[in-house]
Formats: sequence, structure tokens, C-alpha cells
Amino acid sequence: MTIINLEEQFMNRVAADDKIEPKDWMPEKYRKTLIRQIAQHAHSEIVGMLPEANYISRAPSLRRKAALLAKIQDEAGHGLYLYCAAETLGADRDSLYSELHSGKAKYSSIFNYPTLTWADMGAIGWLVDGAAILNQVPLCKCSYGPYARAMVRVCKEESFHQRQGFEILLTLCQGSAEQKQMAQDAVNRWWWPSIMMFGPSDADSTNSEYSMKTKIKRFSNDELRQKFIDVTKPQADILGVVIPDNDLKYNEETKHWEYGEIDWEEFNNVIQGNGPCNKLRLKARKDAWEKGEWVREAATAYAAKREQRLTENKQVA
Amino acid sequence: MIKNKSWPLWEVFIRGKSGLSHKHVGSLHASDAEMAIENARDVYTRRQEGISIWVVESINIKASDPKENDSMFEPAADKVYRHPTFYDLPDELKHM
Repeated sequence: MTIINLEEQFMNRVAADDKIEPKDWMPEKYRKTLIRQIAQHAHSEIVGMLPEANYISRAPSLRRKAALLAKIQDEAGHGLYLYCAAETLGADRDSLYSELHSGKAKYSSIFNYPTLTWADMGAIGWLVDGAAILNQVPLCKCSYGPYARAMVRVCKEESFHQRQGFEILLTLCQGSAEQKQMAQDAVNRWWWPSIMMFGPSDADSTNSEYSMKTKIKRFSNDELRQKFIDVTKPQADILGVVIPDNDLKYNEETKHWEYGEIDWEEFNNVIQGNGPCNKLRLKARKDAWEKGEWVREAATAYAAKREQRLTENKQVA
Repeated sequence: MIKNKSWPLWEVFIRGKSGLSHKHVGSLHASDAEMAIENARDVYTRRQEGISIWVVESINIKASDPKENDSMFEPAADKVYRHPTFYDLPDELKHM
């Protein structure tokens, strides 16, 4: 069968909402696009643990601490589901890691912002996880089976992340004037980076067209961003916090919230490695990896020794 | 010494509750089977999703080739007589 026929057959399967599985024929571009996206997604989960880690020992109560620990542990798990989905496409785990550590691979720009107060744990759960969920829910129907299945698990688990964040902010908003101010300050700092999480506007999104055509993506960046703003505004009202966008206004005709200009220069800067914490995050990640080297080596040596003993015992018997 | 060799990949199967069969849930890296089971517990059963875990090294799984699907699975396609609905029986006959 010629490549053209295979490609046509592949597109027909995708059009019929058939899932593509690891051993099925797929165009190289589809494979590469998926590896890039899944790896970025996995890296984001792993790096995403870092801004929160600082608050495990600073949580205001045992209840909050247990929840934060569970959330961070989930993020490690989500990173692992995703790396294993990337590996089904022939990507190699060590290469994925080294691309992250060398700065070649990207991760979500949101994690390059600092977490200054406890209220940031609330804002991250509510806004950052909220945006991530809106991005991820359509991925449960992605044309690539292993990615879609990983997303089903991730989405199921992530709902508590957003709720615990909202609860943190709600508690602060019902507290003293200072506590309420702390919540507002966190929202002021996290709002714009959160709506940038949906990526460049459709006109400037280079990878979107192919991903939409092959049903890796189902909604455009701008569609998801609009949806996020529409669902989040009423939630802000419940909290009693102000969204830091003077141009935010409801359009009766379209039934959507119109929003102000996004600072794409800032977005591009952070993506290119010049955000407030890019270097800090990568260093923390690389340190953790390097400091774990001896553990990986010891485990490998132990496994080899046990294997050897087993063989020797068999020979004796 | 196999120093920089990365840990092998394992496929993980979980029995959700007794009465159900083990089901493939994903994969992970571990240095040996024992570690694979422990890691599988942390990665795949954080919310009581299982009561039993199987792990098998991915290289030990032999799979059919999707390119051969036609010759592999086609023979069952025209054997409708293997299904109960193939048989014409009178309406009076209930419960069979």
C-alpha cells in the first residue's frame, strides 16, 4: 500500500472518530506533533509541582497540608501517565527528560511565575487548574487512544484540585480585611498568566490547524479561553474578588464576557525562558534529577545482583 | 556494571474489585518487579482503584499486528450462526 493510501485511510479513520492506537500506521507529522504536545504536557505536570512545594511546610492547617500534598502527588502521577503515553509513540523517557533539562522542551509558561503568599495556592488551584481542566476535558476525546485514556484519569482526579483552591480563597475572602486583600492580590497576579495558558490567539497559533484536522485538539485556543472567562467571572463574584481587567464587560448579544488586550510580549518572553522564575524552576528540577542519580544506580545494581543470585541458585538446584 | 542503563518499562494491570479481571491501566519504569508493583500502587491506585496488581515487562508482551487485522479477524465476520439471534424459532417459545 502506498503512503498516500495509508494517509488517506488514516484521515478517514480520524474523521469517523475511530481511535488511533500505538501500533497503527500514522503519519510522521501526527506522531511528532503528539510527542511534542504530550511531552510538554508531562513536563508541565512535573514542573507544576515546584511552585507549590514551598507551601507544604507552610500550610495553615493539617487539613490544608494533607490536601496540598495529595494534589502535588497527583501531579507527579499525571506527569507519569503522560510520559508513558508519549513512550507508546516511540519516545524515549531519558531523552524526554534531557530535553526538559536542557531547556529545549517547553512546559506551561504559568509555572515560571513566583508563589508569594499562601493565597497563591488558592489562586493556582482555582485559576491555573481551572484553565488546565478546560484544556484537558476535550483531550479525553483526542484521536490518539493512550493520550485520551490518560486524560480521562487526569480529569477525574483534577476536579478536587480546583475545588480545594477555591475553598482556600473563599476562606480568605471571608476572613479579615488583610486576608481578603491577600486573596485579591493573588488573583491580580495570577489572572493574566492563567488566561495566557490557552496559548497564542488562533491567528498566531502555528500548530493548531494540523492538530484540529487530526482531532488531537477539538477546540481552538481562543474558544477555550472565552469559555474559561465565561465560567470564571461568576465564580469571582461568589468570592467577592475583582478580576484585574478594566475592559471586562458582558455582551448581551453574544452572551460572552469581552476581555482586554493580552500582553503577548510578556507571554513570549516567559516562553523563551525570560520569565521571573524560569531559571529557578529548571535548576530545582535538574538538582532533583541529579541528586536522585545514586538512588537510580543503587536500584539498578540491586536488581542485577538479585537476578544473578536467582540464576546461581537455579544452577545449584 | 550497567550504570547508565535506564530502568525497564513495565505494563501495569489492575483488578478493580474481586469478581473482575485485571485490566491494563498503563505503564511505568522500575528497576525490578517488586519496585514496579510498589510504584504501580502509587501511580495507579491512589484512590482505591484496585485490590490486585499485575506487572509484566513490556518487552515480554507479544502483540498481533494491526496490519494483519483483515486476515486475523475477518474469518469471524461471516459466521452469524455463532450468535443465538441467527436461529428462527416460533414466538410461542419463550425463555430460550
